[in-house]
Amino acid sequence: MITPAEIENRLDKILLKVSKPGRYVGGEMNITIKDWAAVETSVALIFPDIYDIGVSNVGLKILYDQVNQREDALAERAYAPWRDMEDQMRANGIPLYSLETYHPLAAFDLIGFSLPYETLYTNALNILDLAGLPVKSMERDENHPIVIAGGHACMNPEPMHAFIDAFVIGEGEEVIHDIINTIQKVKGTRTHPMPYQRNDLLRALAQIPGVYVPIFYSVKYLDDNSIETVTPIIPEAPKLVIKRMVPKLPAPPTTFIVPNIEAVHNRISIEIMRGCTRGCRFCHAGMINRPVRERSVEEVVKAVDNAIRSTGFEELALLSLSSSDYTNILELVTAVGDHFGDKHLAISLPSLRIETVSVDLMDKLRDRRGTGFTLAPEAATERMRRIINKFIPDDQLLETAHEIYSRGWTTIKLYFMIGHPSETLEDVQAIADLCKKVLAVGRKVIGFKAKVHAGVSTFVPKPHTPFQWVACDTVEQITLKQNLLKRELRDKNIKLSWTPPDDTMLEAWLTRGDRRMSEVIYTAWKNGAKFDAWQEERRFAIWTAAFEEHGLEPGFYTHRPRRTDEIFPWDHISSAVRKNFLFQDFRQSLEGQVRVDCRQHCFACGILPTFNSLRRENPGEYWKCPVLKSPAQPVETALPVLGG
Amino acid sequence: MRIRITFSKTGALRYIGHLDLHKLWERTSRRAGLDLIYSQGFHPQPKIQLASALPLGFSSICELIDMWINGEVDLEKLPERLSKAVPPGLSIQKVEQVDEKSPPLQTQVISSEYDVVLPEWLDLGAVEDKISACLQADTLPRERRGKTYDLRPLIEQLNLSERDTQAHLLMRLTAREGATGRPEEVLDALGIPYEETRVQRTRLIFKE
Repeated sequence: MITPAEIENRLDKILLKVSKPGRYVGGEMNITIKDWAAVETSVALIFPDIYDIGVSNVGLKILYDQVNQREDALAERAYAPWRDMEDQMRANGIPLYSLETYHPLAAFDLIGFSLPYETLYTNALNILDLAGLPVKSMERDENHPIVIAGGHACMNPEPMHAFIDAFVIGEGEEVIHDIINTIQKVKGTRTHPMPYQRNDLLRALAQIPGVYVPIFYSVKYLDDNSIETVTPIIPEAPKLVIKRMVPKLPAPPTTFIVPNIEAVHNRISIEIMRGCTRGCRFCHAGMINRPVRERSVEEVVKAVDNAIRSTGFEELALLSLSSSDYTNILELVTAVGDHFGDKHLAISLPSLRIETVSVDLMDKLRDRRGTGFTLAPEAATERMRRIINKFIPDDQLLETAHEIYSRGWTTIKLYFMIGHPSETLEDVQAIADLCKKVLAVGRKVIGFKAKVHAGVSTFVPKPHTPFQWVACDTVEQITLKQNLLKRELRDKNIKLSWTPPDDTMLEAWLTRGDRRMSEVIYTAWKNGAKFDAWQEERRFAIWTAAFEEHGLEPGFYTHRPRRTDEIFPWDHISSAVRKNFLFQDFRQSLEGQVRVDCRQHCFACGILPTFNSLRRENPGEYWKCPVLKSPAQPVETALPVLGG
Repeated sequence: MRIRITFSKTGALRYIGHLDLHKLWERTSRRAGLDLIYSQGFHPQPKIQLASALPLGFSSICELIDMWINGEVDLEKLPERLSKAVPPGLSIQKVEQVDEKSPPLQTQVISSEYDVVLPEWLDLGAVEDKISACLQADTLPRERRGKTYDLRPLIEQLNLSERDTQAHLLMRLTAREGATGRPEEVLDALGIPYEETRVQRTRLIFKE
């Protein structure tokens, strides 16, 4: 195997020939460099897009710290090289290597991919190939690293089942240690290697709660191509792989890696809360990240303080799925503003509810660096808002807009989605009308300086959500709706952005795919598909050709409403939210019934029965689920609804 | 107070450009707990001045930066404070206080010296001939980013030498605002592929 010194030597001759060579040399502040000869197990953590996109990923940073805190293990990083660098690496025999110590990826015991979204799949294949590893799991042997993947997209692991040895379902903080320990037990360690069979290692991994090892499951299909059964073929493999969930969030990372070059989200990111109680029916993150767990104000403030000292970053983001729902949000924002307001720190607080209180919160943070204030109504008619369970009356939105413009912001960014179930052109027209109304409010308050930016994405029915039974709009439907918006929103003070329909199709195929999709992914990659998340890089024709080559019909995955009794490709993977809960919620959506925030009323989604012992061990307000009083207390199963 | 830092930039930091270096210093100061002075206005910028842009890929042992900070700091402890806050590849050589009113650094630089390690396979005799030809020429018209200019007046010195069995080319190039000789242009004029060389800036020369 090529040595780190030889890799460095060869890099020296090519780095000045590629764009932004700073991506490929590491050496950042706060990285961890360990002596390979002093640890037992090595882990490569990979974000399968370029450095600029991946370096600030918080999920991988959490795992990087978890592994490096162990004395017996090390974690290093790698990212996808850009096209020019890939060409140079292939031409000069340089395999993909880690940025910390320039070890080839093939030298690691474990390779872990972060797959937060589906358009990274072809890059993951390309990275395995660039590392000189067989891309397909079946073709790897005892001499190769174990390849795992985790992240939101893995809640439907099947499209990637042929390439990844084991998937982590759910949160990674604890399970990463179980995986390392299992590797050490079966494969041994650097100082005490043991003869082992790869199959035995995979078998041992399959027994870790929250780990899905696809080779131990067999899938049978019905004549209509939907799934008949998914069956474990060894007794150790669970019928249902239930996600891992960390009952108490560990202290957030603060020693963020400080890139030496420009990168996306180059900032301190502190997660203030995980999960969301709102229950928007389109929202994947809101369904799969339950229950809600909060960090205390003190813990957040302390983390920010440490992070400023260790990184020197000029930007801070307080992350959550719904900042307004953080119990002590006013206290938090006041404390952060007081402590750090004069440090030339731009502070962002995403996902604020559409209400005037949100404007007060932003005012306290004095965040005026970006002149825009973002609101996400998602839909513009009452009917549509009831269907998606995100109900904000127009009056409330316009009142909030008035307050925003009055307090000095000149641009309001409005996020909508088209393609919600049963949406008509009237519902889309209402989006345009609402944008104009908001602009009219701005006109009144600040005149011609007022601007609206309408970001209109397209809905994709995601697995594990109440909308998993619905069809995705066709390209024709999407185009019709987008054309309507483009025609209606010609005002030069309204900027419209939208998702190209091809992007939506690709995401929908990949997120809803079954095991057969892996052949499509493989062929698309072989034919040159990569960087599918980059609009200008993605080549749609390669994908349609790949479907054709394998005799698969793209519309089968995207444009077909599902039978109510259909077995989904992801049904053996559980987010702990039950399928029958999702189905009830779906039926209520068809009737236009709104469900309130589940902090007001528990709808028995399935989290508490699954994690009841964890809840008992973590009582009180820290979780937002009801407290379980005694083991005998049943979880409330009635389904009261509001409105309708 | 205005402080001047002499530093070297080597290792992985060779691959970061001028703007990124600016950002790096802003963050380093924050990590070191220095209270930088910011400009007023909508996009406040820290008051930081680098003496002379160093092209991507070059290392240096003689970079200079001025920064303006609120209040007074203990100059003696500053090198240690900064050294703890810089990323690998950057090392602090000297920290001194300068007169607030002294002219901007970048207007004081007149020349830069570079030490170029040449690839082993080069025919040094031929290089020597090319150097003489360059130095004897009245003009060296070249094109860069669509503009033609004369490289010759920007070359002050070129010397070929051998050290530790490696061939070195020492250059002194003009480095005034609006008239900066670039080492890679000189190497190109000499027919030497600059991607295969290693360039280090060794000295900045200031107005008397």
